[in-house]
Amino acid sequence: MTGTLDNPAEKKIVEPVSTGSEWTFELIQRYDDEIAKCAAEFGLDTYPNQVEVISAEQMMDAYSSVGMPVGYHHWSFGKQFLNTSKGYQRGQMGLAYEIVINSNPCIAYLMEENTLPMQALVIAHACYGHNSFFKSNYLFRTWTDASAIIDYLVFARNYVAECEERYGVDAVEQILDSCHALMNYGVDRYKRPSPISAAEEQRRQKDREAYLQQQLNDLWRTIPKMGNDDEQTRRQERYPPEPQENLLYFIEKNAPLLETWQREIIRIVRKLAQYFYPQRQTQVMNEGWATFWHYTLLHRMYEKGLVTDGFMLEFLQSHTAVVYQPPFNSPWYSGINPYTLGFSMFTDLRRICEAPTDEDKEWFPDIAGSNWVETLHFAMRNFKDESFILQFLSPKVMRDLKLFAIADDDNEEVYRITAIHDEMGYRSLREKLARQYNLSYREPNLQVWHVDLRGDRSLTLRHIPVDGIPMGDSSNEVLRHVNRLWGFDVHLESVEGDTVVEEFHCPPRPMDGDASGTRG
Amino acid sequence: MGMTHIVDRRLNGKNKSAVNRERFLRRYRHHIKKAVSEAVHRRSITDIERGENVSIPSRDIEEPVFHHGQGGKREMVHPGNQEFVAGDTLPKPQGGEGGQGQGQASPDGEGMDEFAFQITQEEFLDFLFDDLALPNLARKKLKDTEAFKYVRSGFSTQGIPSKLDVVRSLRGAHARRLSLGGARKRKLRELQEQLAALKSAPADLDAAFSHDDQIKALEEEVARLKANIRRIPWIDEIDLRYRQHVKQPQPATSAVMFCLMDVSGSMTQTHKDIAKRFFILLYLFLKKNYKKIDVVFIRHHTSAKEVDEEEFFYSRETGGTIVSSALKLMHKIIESRYSPEEWNIYAAQASDGDNWNDDSPVCGKILADQILPLVQYYAYVEITPQDHQMLWYEYEKILATNPNTFAMQQIADAGAIYPVFRQLFERKAA
Repeated sequence: MTGTLDNPAEKKIVEPVSTGSEWTFELIQRYDDEIAKCAAEFGLDTYPNQVEVISAEQMMDAYSSVGMPVGYHHWSFGKQFLNTSKGYQRGQMGLAYEIVINSNPCIAYLMEENTLPMQALVIAHACYGHNSFFKSNYLFRTWTDASAIIDYLVFARNYVAECEERYGVDAVEQILDSCHALMNYGVDRYKRPSPISAAEEQRRQKDREAYLQQQLNDLWRTIPKMGNDDEQTRRQERYPPEPQENLLYFIEKNAPLLETWQREIIRIVRKLAQYFYPQRQTQVMNEGWATFWHYTLLHRMYEKGLVTDGFMLEFLQSHTAVVYQPPFNSPWYSGINPYTLGFSMFTDLRRICEAPTDEDKEWFPDIAGSNWVETLHFAMRNFKDESFILQFLSPKVMRDLKLFAIADDDNEEVYRITAIHDEMGYRSLREKLARQYNLSYREPNLQVWHVDLRGDRSLTLRHIPVDGIPMGDSSNEVLRHVNRLWGFDVHLESVEGDTVVEEFHCPPRPMDGDASGTRG
Repeated sequence: MGMTHIVDRRLNGKNKSAVNRERFLRRYRHHIKKAVSEAVHRRSITDIERGENVSIPSRDIEEPVFHHGQGGKREMVHPGNQEFVAGDTLPKPQGGEGGQGQGQASPDGEGMDEFAFQITQEEFLDFLFDDLALPNLARKKLKDTEAFKYVRSGFSTQGIPSKLDVVRSLRGAHARRLSLGGARKRKLRELQEQLAALKSAPADLDAAFSHDDQIKALEEEVARLKANIRRIPWIDEIDLRYRQHVKQPQPATSAVMFCLMDVSGSMTQTHKDIAKRFFILLYLFLKKNYKKIDVVFIRHHTSAKEVDEEEFFYSRETGGTIVSSALKLMHKIIESRYSPEEWNIYAAQASDGDNWNDDSPVCGKILADQILPLVQYYAYVEITPQDHQMLWYEYEKILATNPNTFAMQQIADAGAIYPVFRQLFERKAA
């Protein structure tokens, strides 16, 4: 309408960047320029971007290698690829619009099939959302080295290929299978790892070999001391002195029979586990952050008159699909959608800063009314999913998502609703949801407990059950992998208090009544 | 700003996953081989143009990790509450299966336990023939085919009447008539005009100056010219144009493949399966060389019969064996339906070597005298781990005299099919 001035501050008439939906490289470049300007307004700090336009087939390739641009060869990636291409060809599954890699420069893939508004969405989401998260979140800063990862992947692929050539595909495949089975137990959760570097790895391989051999020799000095080597003392001199949670590290350093190249492969898988470790703990935050920013940045573009109504319509349609949360009783329900939860939380955080209610002031006295950009950045930098939820999940988000908690106790005949989105339930609901994102709650808590140094060299792992939840049915299978790596007998015991409630052995023990499967 | 680098990667290779895919197939080769084996059983031997669906039990391809088992006490937060309040209880589903939102089974209760995928035709064949890569069979010609095709190559002045090009010949005749008759006709017209002028002029009284002599001379000249023109033939031999064709060697595009098999009691299903694979190979080989392939199945015990594929491979017979019955039938079928001028004839005979002893020399004679002159190639495979019998020795004599069209090999087990096939067909490699 003539005569209406929505934004008197912006005097010059701005033309939209584009009006059609076909993309060109020039247009992608122009959108990126404009999105970058908007991102700078909000203080998003990013690695340089490398945007790669790829085809659907290439996207499937990228999928099957967990998004890694280079990777060693393994059948499991082939299985992943078959699955992906099958789903895609039957039209059962659309491909993700984007894959983004935590590297410096930050690599983002755009699929050529995307329309122009989709490309802009992906750029805002990946190149400015995820990218700034990778660069600033404390877990990523601590655990990953964005500038070294690509080189390291190349190093890893070449090393594995060299081993295949030298020792045969089967031998390498066996080691990798076993390492993959233990990949979730290949991370020091509390110690800061040393940074990875391909050149350094190569240089140190030799030194490490010599040093490790020396250590192993010390550890496995096999001549037993005569005399006082009775059962009692053997029990007392426990090795390791403290329980170890990084199974792969422990095996790499202590397994008696492994060849050097096998230890190197364990190390490679361990380093990759470490690289992925932050992603597993920040899914809600990372996706929520990226979604919040594609939403915010593109709205900013719209405010500036840089995109058309048609563009926004298409963009909002995709955005809505991304943050859709089916209710628990829907056939489409498969748990809480991390995009929804994260986006809702960051959006609500902004609201709490900008327009706090009395409830907000009571729940979030420190941030209600604060500068929202600073507060959001603070949250993004210093938390992981578990602590983020514990700290920032607001009653309003719980109400909006209609969250409720349900308890399943195998001693009870019924399920019990333990908390809902009401005054009584907010705190407990928030704790329960936060705990759900705690890795050590999601996965069995396992540690290296004991190695029988002077006896049969067996390795004992200890499982500390939480809430009486036993080990799953694949435990024997995984134990076989541990056994393959360790080279001697392997035991796994679930211990509650001082009572062993369940045992697994590899090789399996002859069934003699009290052996396995007895639970208290 | 300006820190973004945009790269077009679309032209970089796809198929980055090819090696990983190959690794997967390698790891599960036993499963896949089994699926391929079953497919061979199910498929027709001419149905080899496609890959195959393979499914593997999911539990066989799982990558196990430590995870929580059933039981204990757990609490989950879910979205979309409608009417629950804290303290509500809900009955657990019967069977004790886990919590909410878990285990959405497929409607038929099946299919979730299978990992299904497709292998390509090439992979299918690789697995079919024991992981041996098939060489490019197309490059190996058994024998130069002797069919020719005539192609137009302009016109000639010589030829047979059926090749006469009427339009072109008449056009030539017309041109010739014009060129030969044109000058004379012009002359004739001039003379006739003079004649007419003389005749119409008033007669002089003086006889000495009368035009009569001139008229007479002109009339004679005109008559001569007319006769001359009349003598130009309307069409002459030199006008005739014939369509010219040259002979171009042309591989005949049709082949017929005779599958002969002994189905007497001594041939087990395993024997037949081996034979089937051999026939598939032959079919594949021919497929690369010919557009159209007929397959004729002749089975025999004491008497021979032309049958369809199903009956050929899967019906059971008992009793003795007279191989010559099949050879006679084959010869009869060639004579009635597959003239060697139009068809490339191939034959593969599979047998366990068993034959009625008196019949073997008859076989040799029929083969050498009646069949081998008509066929491109005749391959005999004897599927037996045992010693040879009479038939083998009889065929060895044929081999000695017909090394170019006859080949024979023994197959002891399925693994040997491909090498044997290669031996049989390599000999003629160009």
